[in-house]
Amino acid sequence: MQGKIYKGKLKNLCVPGLNCYSCPGAVAACPIGSLQAVIGNWNFKFAFYVAGLLILIGALIGRFVCGWLCPFGLIQDLLNKIPFPKKIKSFRGDKLLRKLKYVILVVFVILLPLFWVDIMGQGSPYFCKWICPVGTLEGGLPLVLLNRSMRSAIGWLYAWKNLLLAANVFLSILIYRPFCKYICPLGAIYSVFNPISVFQYQVDNSKCTHCGACARVCKMQIDPSQMPNHPECIRCGQCTKKCSTGALSSGCLRKMDSKPQKAFACSAESIETHREN
Amino acid sequence: MALVGLVMMGFGLYRGELAVVFKKAVNICLECIGIG
Repeated sequence: MQGKIYKGKLKNLCVPGLNCYSCPGAVAACPIGSLQAVIGNWNFKFAFYVAGLLILIGALIGRFVCGWLCPFGLIQDLLNKIPFPKKIKSFRGDKLLRKLKYVILVVFVILLPLFWVDIMGQGSPYFCKWICPVGTLEGGLPLVLLNRSMRSAIGWLYAWKNLLLAANVFLSILIYRPFCKYICPLGAIYSVFNPISVFQYQVDNSKCTHCGACARVCKMQIDPSQMPNHPECIRCGQCTKKCSTGALSSGCLRKMDSKPQKAFACSAESIETHREN
Repeated sequence: MALVGLVMMGFGLYRGELAVVFKKAVNICLECIGIG
């Protein structure tokens, strides 16, 4: 490893998850970084290409990306497996704090690069610069370790980013996916598509016994039997695994007409009609 | 909705946004890594 980054043509594409393009291992671009780069560019003030890509991915699979494709999501999953005396499932203010990621998306990813510009009219990637721990972990740490010239350039910003990373790492041990729940602007974007994506979760009400097993196993604190395509759902599939009656399912499904009373009434009618005949 | 995304991507490509994405992605983003 030489402390260099890949510069090939694949970097025209964005990966669906949060993977800093300054990571020596990255072969494609970060969608959030790219969004800020185009919005902050003096030539363009809206990123049709990146926004279109995010809409395409969101419309197809929603936050499935968070559950299965995002490297930082995986890192948080692994960190949460580390034993700790007091794990936190939920706390007062959790619901309100989940709105923070939308504020971060609007302010740091969209508005600041758009309006806080330099003399040339160029905005900076403020989310990447001031908040994102992924760039520090995947890019900052390996590049600074491997490049002498970079080591001499580190200052307060590097310290701040590493502090944020350390906080994220510690909180990930305590709380399941705190970055995904409270900070990630990419998750905020994809969450909008959960209720309408092609990939959907469904509840068969004729099979659901409302035992609550799916809600108890859900680490995002959702009740899948009530809202199977909740914006906070990262589509990890734990609930469908846990469901003992097969009431919960996922896939590219059409809405099922599952109304148990009506079905029962139809059957009773059929029996009566048959008896009369 | 997916179609809207595809159309937007096409328009973005037509406008030349890809060059901005590529240029950003192939140079080390000093802000992203905390330098600056």
